[in-house]
Amino acid sequence: MTEAAELDFQPPEALQPVLTGLRERFEDAIREVSGHRGEVVVELERDRLVEVCTWLRDHPAARFRLLASISGIDYLNYDDRPERLCADYNLYSFDHNIRIRLKVRVTVEDPHIPSVTGVWPGANFPEREAYDFFGIRFDGHPNLVRIHMPEDWKGYPQRKDYPLGGVDVEYIGAHIPPPDTRRYKGGWTST
Amino acid sequence: MSEVEVPVVQPGEAHELPPASSAEHVSVHERRVHQVVAMGGGDWAEVTARAAAEGQDDVMIINMGPQHPSTHGVLRLVVELKGEEVINLQPVVGYLHTGIEKSAEFRTWVQGVTFVTRMDYLAPIFNETAYCLATEKLLGIEPPPRATALRVLMMELNRISSHLVWLATTGLELGALSIMLYGFREREEILDILEDVTGLRMNHAWVRPAGVSQDLPDGTEDKIRAFVRDMRSKADEYETLLTNNPIWLERTRGIGYLSLDELIGLSTTGPMLRAAGLDHDLRKAQPYCGYEQYEFTVPTATGSDVYARYQVRLAEMRESLRIVEQVLDTLPGGPVMSEDPKIGWPAKLALGPDGLGNSPAHVQHIMGESMEALIHHFKQVTEGIKVPRGEVYVPIESPRGELGYHVISDGGNLPYRVHVRDPSFVNLQTGTPMSIGLLVADVIAAMSSIDPVLGGVDR
Repeated sequence: MTEAAELDFQPPEALQPVLTGLRERFEDAIREVSGHRGEVVVELERDRLVEVCTWLRDHPAARFRLLASISGIDYLNYDDRPERLCADYNLYSFDHNIRIRLKVRVTVEDPHIPSVTGVWPGANFPEREAYDFFGIRFDGHPNLVRIHMPEDWKGYPQRKDYPLGGVDVEYIGAHIPPPDTRRYKGGWTST
Repeated sequence: MSEVEVPVVQPGEAHELPPASSAEHVSVHERRVHQVVAMGGGDWAEVTARAAAEGQDDVMIINMGPQHPSTHGVLRLVVELKGEEVINLQPVVGYLHTGIEKSAEFRTWVQGVTFVTRMDYLAPIFNETAYCLATEKLLGIEPPPRATALRVLMMELNRISSHLVWLATTGLELGALSIMLYGFREREEILDILEDVTGLRMNHAWVRPAGVSQDLPDGTEDKIRAFVRDMRSKADEYETLLTNNPIWLERTRGIGYLSLDELIGLSTTGPMLRAAGLDHDLRKAQPYCGYEQYEFTVPTATGSDVYARYQVRLAEMRESLRIVEQVLDTLPGGPVMSEDPKIGWPAKLALGPDGLGNSPAHVQHIMGESMEALIHHFKQVTEGIKVPRGEVYVPIESPRGELGYHVISDGGNLPYRVHVRDPSFVNLQTGTPMSIGLLVADVIAAMSSIDPVLGGVDR
């Protein structure tokens, strides 16, 4: 756990015991506690994910019974870390009315993250979605197959290095180029 | 593409689990329960072969959808039947996937509104508002108070129209044809109001980062008030038609039951959760858009069946009417778009004599009076606003549950990533446990009580 774990805001009061408990119990599992605009994000070692999630679900101070969302993210060129791929878990606690976000980052070469379907069965579709679009393998998922793309699709379309397609038009060789190459050649980038 | 070859799932091995690791062990039974059926149609031989191999020659497998009038869009249900009893059901989605999340990464922040409004097409205002709230949270700004109030007004009208479509289509599917006509009749009035305000019946793109694109036109407030009065008595009519109707009760009571624990475990939110007795509503729990200043209750029911979900949705429409009235009573004045020239959209469109949208005053201002204004206009329209680096997750209570926007900015004029936690998509997981053991006709009631909108599911 890095020492730069200072948040630039005061997290909600009900979240304090959760963060303290996490730090005490899972000190070696936490890579970083960060936050932005009032949201607390805890980055975890992937091997400990299921353990931490179970604790967060069952501990009386936490009781995060609702897995609100899992977002797959590709941080290519966002920061310099080799662990490009990320699964972002958003948890909500009915009892304490708080939210927390967990992050697990992995490399493209070894995109394995343990599945949390055993903790929250509702992780089933969201994990399939993250697998479909980012190629993150959720080990232990009962049924990890594509959900939105056709099952014989090649590649993982929402990765940052997956190009947008153009559109062939039925007019003598006409072709509409992908939007990112249309008019702003070379200049149309994100930053 | 990346240099390292990560194995791609091929058609033939699509049913296989990913490379085994020590942590992973799935029993044969679990595999059987979670057996996937691929959507290409090539799975058919496999399903039937498996059924034959297991000696289930009395099991019939039918495809309900994707082109079936009672699946609320292009939802495909692969149903295994023994006689008329459902022994397994798998929802198959993806037929309406249009890559909106990916596309949004190649458009400016303001253009993103036009994409997200097309996701859950029965609740477009909610998509727009959640996206704009996320953008504003990243920007660290608040829209003007009048814009926030107008968003609430439009969201609640939209909630009513969305629930009306649910009521109408579910009624139709269960044989209550009159409610279908009535539901769509009242929805049409709401769509007229939305069209008055935004210019379009759906896909409005009316909510924008830092405000809304148009103020209410003259006379709209009276129109909304008239509708609210009217709608109260119409809601009574629906109740007269359905609440004690023996056929409706037969078709809905005890159908599609799931316990509260099961629903929470499956990440279900929205009316389904409230119909199981938990009064969880983000408008109350974690208020946004100033919902804390309006008086309303969170309706709940305890049956956790199709009937309870009907009760909750009907009661929610009445609560939305209350909110709409309160918003109209307390509507603050002032601008509807941030006046910060670096953030607020500059042009205020007006209807020109030729029937086209234009703003002569604005054109006069930028072309004749202020070079600064012209530059700001030009930069805004071509390049768009720049949003500081960071990432946020903004959840709101849509008619179907928690609609969450996880938006990441790298500091540029395009979103780095927009992920949508769509309630229909997550709630659809309840379809399988709800339907096992039901008759085919009841599957339609159970699935429709989820109220899935496939535009939102597939995105």
